[in-house]
Formats: sequence, C-alpha cells, structure tokens
Amino acid sequence: MKRYFSITRFLAIIIKEFIQMRRDRVTFGMMVGIPLLQLMLFGFAINSDPKHLPAAVLMNDNGPQARTLLSAIRNSGYYEFVRQVKSEDEAREVLEHGEVQFVITIPQDFSRDLLRGDKPTLLIEADATDPAATSNAINILRPLLTTALQNDFKGPLAYLAQSEAPIDLRIHALYNPEAITQYNIVPGLMGVVLTMTMVMITALAITRERERGTMENLLSMPTRPFEVLLGKIIPYMFVGYIQVVLILIAAHFLFHVPMVGNLGLLFVAAFVFIAANLAVGITFSTLATNQLQAVQGSFFFFLPSLLLSGFMFPFRGMPQWAQAIGEVLPLTHFLRIVRGVLLKGNDFADISLQLWQIGLFAIVALFIGVFRYRQTLD
Amino acid sequence: MSEELAIDVKGMTKIFGTRTVVNKIDLQVRTGEIYGFLGPNGSGKTTFIRMLCGLLKADEGSGTCLGFDVIKQSEEIKKQVGYMTQRFSFYEDLSIRENLDFVARMYGIKNREKTVSGSIKRLGLSGREQQLAGQLSGGWKQRLALAACLIHEPKLLLLDEPTAGVDPKARRDFWEQIHQLAAEGLTFLITTHYMDEAERCHRLAYLAYGNLLTHGTVQEVIDSAHLTTWSVKGNELLKLAGELRGKPGVHQAVAFGTSLHVSGGDAAALKQAISPFRNDYEWTLIRPGLEDVFIHLMDQTKDNFAAA
Repeated sequence: MKRYFSITRFLAIIIKEFIQMRRDRVTFGMMVGIPLLQLMLFGFAINSDPKHLPAAVLMNDNGPQARTLLSAIRNSGYYEFVRQVKSEDEAREVLEHGEVQFVITIPQDFSRDLLRGDKPTLLIEADATDPAATSNAINILRPLLTTALQNDFKGPLAYLAQSEAPIDLRIHALYNPEAITQYNIVPGLMGVVLTMTMVMITALAITRERERGTMENLLSMPTRPFEVLLGKIIPYMFVGYIQVVLILIAAHFLFHVPMVGNLGLLFVAAFVFIAANLAVGITFSTLATNQLQAVQGSFFFFLPSLLLSGFMFPFRGMPQWAQAIGEVLPLTHFLRIVRGVLLKGNDFADISLQLWQIGLFAIVALFIGVFRYRQTLD
Repeated sequence: MSEELAIDVKGMTKIFGTRTVVNKIDLQVRTGEIYGFLGPNGSGKTTFIRMLCGLLKADEGSGTCLGFDVIKQSEEIKKQVGYMTQRFSFYEDLSIRENLDFVARMYGIKNREKTVSGSIKRLGLSGREQQLAGQLSGGWKQRLALAACLIHEPKLLLLDEPTAGVDPKARRDFWEQIHQLAAEGLTFLITTHYMDEAERCHRLAYLAYGNLLTHGTVQEVIDSAHLTTWSVKGNELLKLAGELRGKPGVHQAVAFGTSLHVSGGDAAALKQAISPFRNDYEWTLIRPGLEDVFIHLMDQTKDNFAAA
C-alpha cells in the first residue's frame, strides 16, 4: 500500500494547491462571484407542459363512478397511475420519496355519496416543489371532472347532471403550496453552480501544469496518480462548500426559500456531489492536451447537466431517452436531494438512493482519471 | 554490471511517429563523474535524459541507472535522481521556501524544516525566501532549481542545459559547485552548448540526429577526429574563407574571433590546398579545439543524412 499511496506526497500536493489558489485571487473571486451572479440571473422560471406524471391512487371505494372518474383522469394524458397505495401513510411516503408526483384519494362510499348528491370529496395531493411540472396537470382536473361523468348521469341519474359540481375537488399542493418558482429554482441553482465551477476548475488543474511546464518536474518526482489527482481535488472541496453556504444564505435572506430539512444532511450530500464534479473535471484534465480543450470539455458536461437534470425543464416532461441520460448525471440526483431536503424535509433514508448514484458516478469518474493519467510525457 | 557505473545503458531508442529521435545509444557514466552531453538542438539529448529518469518510455534499449533497471524500475530511479529541466519548471506562483517545501514533502524528507532552511542558506537566499519564484532573475531561478534538485540528496543529477541564459560569473560559480559535489561522489550528466563547459567535464559525448557520434575525454574526442587545423591571421579573412571552402582537403574554414580556423582530415591535402595563400597570411599549425571537432562532426553527419 505504501508504495502506491504516500500521505506526505498527497499532503504536499494539497498544500501546494492551496497556496496557488490563494495567489490566484481573480479565479478565486470568480468562483465566489459566479454563484451570486447566477442567482440574480435565474430569476425566471422556464415553463413547459409535462405529461404522464406518475400518480398513486388510494382507492377506498371501488364503485363504477369512481372507476369512470379515474379512467377519465388517466385519459387526460397528464397522469399515469403507477401504483396503488393502501393507506395515507404510504401515500405520503411515496410522495415524499418523489416516486410519484400525485396521490389521488377516493374516499369511502364515494359512489354512494355521489349518487345521493352529497358531493363527495376527491382529494389530489401534489408534490409542488416544481410548480411548472404540476400546474397544468392540476388545472385540467376541474373541467375534466364535470365532463367525465356526463355519460353516467343519464336516465335515472340525470338529476345529477343538473347540479354544477357533483364532486368536491380538493387539491393539496404540498412542499411548495404557493407555487413559488424561486423555491424550486434557487435550491436547484446550488447544484448548477457547483457543477459549472467545480468541473471547470479541476479540468484546468493538470492541463495548467502541463502548459506551464511544471508537469515535467512533477512527473520526475516519485509520485502516484492517486496522490496527484486526490491532492488536487481536496482543496476545491472547500471552495465548493463556500459556494453552498453563499447560496443557502442568499436563498434564505434574499428569496426566503423555506428550509424544512436538516442542513447538516445537505452538507453531507454536498460533499459527495462536489467530489463527483471535481472527479469529472480532473478526468477531463487527463484527457485534454491544453487548457482550452479542458474548458470545452467541462462545457460538454455542463450543458446536458443543465438541460437534462430537471433544472431547466421538469424532469418528467422530458422524453424517455433524455431522462435516461439525465439519470446518469450527478446534478439530476443532487437536485432531488436539495429540493427534497430543503422543501420536503427528507431524511437520510429518503435521499440515500440518490446519494449512492452520485457516489458511484464519482468513483467511476475518478478511476477513469487515474487510468488515463500518464506518468510519462509520451 | 559494475558498481562503478552510475549509468550503463545499451541501445536506447525513442521513436516519435516515424522519426527516430534517439537511435540505439549506448552510454556508460562512472560514479562521481561529470559527463557532458553535447550536440546541436534537436539531437535527442533531452529525450535521452527523459528516458533515463522514466519521463519517457524507451521504445528499445536496456540497462541500469544507479543499479536499477532503466525500463522497469523508474519509480526507484526517480527517488535517487535529481532532474533539472531545460525550462524552469518549479511553481512560479509559489515562494522560494514553498517550492522547496513542496519538493521536500514529495520526497518524504525527514527534518523538512531544517533541510529546507539549510538549502536556502546555502543558496544565499536567506531573507528572500518569501519571494515568489516567478520574480527571480534567470540566474537565481537556475540556482533555486539546482537547490531543489539536491534536496533529496540524489546520487545522480541530470541537468538539461542548466546554464542557458545565465551570466558568466553565475556560470562559473555554478560549475564550481558541480565539481565540489562530484568530488563528494555525485554523478552528473549535463547537456550544454558551451565549449568552455564541455572542457570542464570529465568525459563527454556528442550527439547529432539521435546518433552518438563520439565519446570520451576531451583529448580522446579531439584525437579520434584526426583533424589537422591551421589558424590564420591577416586581412580579409572572410574572403579567404570563401576561396578555401570547397577546395579538396579543406573540410571547414570557420571564423574564431580575429582568426580563421582551417581544418581537414588529410594533413597533406590540406597543406596542398592552402599553399597558394601561405605568403599573404600568417599561418600557424595548431591543436584543434573541441569546437573545431564538433563543427566537423556536425557537418559530416549532415552530409551523411543528406546522402541517405
């Protein structure tokens, strides 16, 4: 083991990188400035019209009218019933995990009450962390319900067709009840800013050594790939945390984003996420031959992250192939974690799956970097 | 092979694409020796040195460096070799002390503080140790680089044009230090373009176009060229040089300050060629210098390559 990794050499590189970071004030200033700038720029939300949003049904009544209603809801194209839940607790759980976007509850005796003209309640709970994703699906419901039962209300039931609304529709927008887009955008920005700056800064790490000629010297010393790559990553973890704190402060004081969950948990998640992005950057750095290529490489990574992660467009509104790409990107999972922790109060169990996926990505990226790292000048 | 040899390699070859940059070079350097490496730009000196310290993978070749396999044990070699690159390759945005600290940590030096302080003191940079390396003048950068290469007490130093762009006083100091260190048992392989430096080496080798043309002590190198050289003084030497060039027996006519060195491989033919000008100029038969020999070697290989 000692042959392959030396703590002293690892420390040597960390210390060196910290000193160089301190000397390069402009870059450091930019890394602190970029998050603030982006926060100001992304004041606007981008809307779209996602369909086939996953929904769960809590069915306490199995009458014909209830079933007619559900199929009408499904036929609208906005909802896809992916599972049936048995209790309200279970309903709340799947919603919290982000497994579904909606839970539709049909109360007991729904059909009977309907026929009696008692106006039964149809409850729709929506995960409104991303208002853009849910608003259209919710808006369609009211007109849908009045027309859906038209066919049933014939003959002896014609009396029901007269009354204006035979059903009492209740919509609970959860986690972001006022549908304030900033609540969704601002936590998301944390991930976007980290992706952009962290990937770029390490992408330059090795190409810079190469262009300045210091790589020749570094390679002539007895050093191992892991020492160099990890040694270059660690100092920037701190910069990443500075950004996280800055954004959280701005989110709280400037945008009044609610912070329901445990911030400590968010910091843990941020660690994995920052590491993943730094690992991607350092891998680009081993692939690129000059600094320009390294910058281009980081943009190559940044664009899909921005577009396909669910930051720009609601994730569920994207086509399957785009979602498949999105699932690979660390930002996608981090967005779910940040929104989950800040807005929904997710705990560790809720985010652990997402966290694993980011962690796996980080490990794979780092290993590609180590594999690609050349110990010679060839 | 022998404990006495710091470097003992055979058939070292490096090919970049279709170009053979280093062509089957054999080299033996004894422990405690200062070995000069000469040759025109692009002759493969740097590439050869980089292969020795594991910075480049040799395409062919075998042998040992400090007793370690030059192909397989480059990690071990790196620990005991100091390599000073042609271009200053320490961190310009780190101070003198920070650079030395970095190197000391990389080699896992014990008593780092003391070692680094001692090194700064020997450099004569006490008090300026917080200065950024990028702000140093060429001469000081070179001294810093040498000090950094010495921090881990290597057994072999590979210096690639260490004195390029350094003033004569600093160069002389530098060479004094080199000789002192060699006396303590350090081995040096130094590339240079300066003839006076070449003459300060115990032995030297001359490379051109990736081939090792000659090697040995200064005297051996000169003798093996079998060159006869006349020094000429007088007026309009440039005109004379023009007239002599191309004559049978005359290999070269090169200006050396106020005199002209006319050399050839065949003493009789050369004498024949210069006889028409004997009375108009002041001719002296001299011992050819290294520079005469090198110019001769360079011209010869150029011809060889042009013919090939």
